[in-house]
Amino acid sequence: MRDLSLHILDLAQNSVRANAALVEIMVSVDESRLITITIRDDGSGMSDELKERVTSPFATTRTTRKVGLGIPLMMQNARLAGGDVRIDSTLGQGTTLTATLHGDSIDCLPLGDLAGTVVSLVSANPERPDFRLSCSSPKGSMDFDTREMRQALGNVPLNEPEITAWMLSAIQEEIEPIFGGVIL
Amino acid sequence: MKSMAELEAIRKKTLERINLRREDESDNVRVVVGMATCGIAAGARPVMLKFMEEINKREMSNVTVSQTGCIGMCRLEPMVDVYMPGKEKVTYVHMTPEKVGRVVAEHIVNGRPVTEFTIGAAEE
Repeated sequence: MRDLSLHILDLAQNSVRANAALVEIMVSVDESRLITITIRDDGSGMSDELKERVTSPFATTRTTRKVGLGIPLMMQNARLAGGDVRIDSTLGQGTTLTATLHGDSIDCLPLGDLAGTVVSLVSANPERPDFRLSCSSPKGSMDFDTREMRQALGNVPLNEPEITAWMLSAIQEEIEPIFGGVIL
Repeated sequence: MKSMAELEAIRKKTLERINLRREDESDNVRVVVGMATCGIAAGARPVMLKFMEEINKREMSNVTVSQTGCIGMCRLEPMVDVYMPGKEKVTYVHMTPEKVGRVVAEHIVNGRPVTEFTIGAAEE
């Protein structure tokens, strides 16, 4: 993957497939430039057996192929940047994936287009689940929630072109002052 | 933040358009982008966003952009399938945001697939 937002897009799709109702994506950068990415869902969760082997490239829930590279690739890039990936999961309750990276590491990937990631996720899954993005840095924080959008939009699907265009610029506008110049 | 009031205005406009579309579904076009790990790593997201941008810009209410998983030809990603009504599916491979403009203009608007970007051309 070329940047962290692409990892987030890839991993959040695991949450969608786990039939989550809400997928929360949290990205924070602290004073010491430690980057923490959390993807939390209320989906089906994993059995202890699956949890054991889920970081292996040969673990997947799909039946068409025997490889699943989303988590291993994230883990590789986190470890290259002096961080790691941690997965907490309870069967029937959901899964939380936390990746940490040191922003000062030469091998740390740039953050990338988080707004593009959220818009991709929402447009592919306009009905379910809901997505929440929260970002924070010493410069400030933001919160975006598709449940608020649904309230304003009523029965208009979230994947209509004008709406995805609005979402893209709304999220970009809010993220800019938080991460702009820090790690983008 | 962009206001929710703005969203309300978009809602009204979009509702009208959706109703128009419901009356005539015979010319609906589907664009499907592969967005599994392989597609994403190869650059599928900017391709999909570009399709959405073009379709919004041209106000093509009969076109929908959706996503699919990995279909097993990861080396050809980013891949895009275009379904035109009454025609066979056309599969584009090694897509880039730059190629999207031509696919929209020549294929979706004018009905002539861009042969040189298709899987048939890539496999020769």
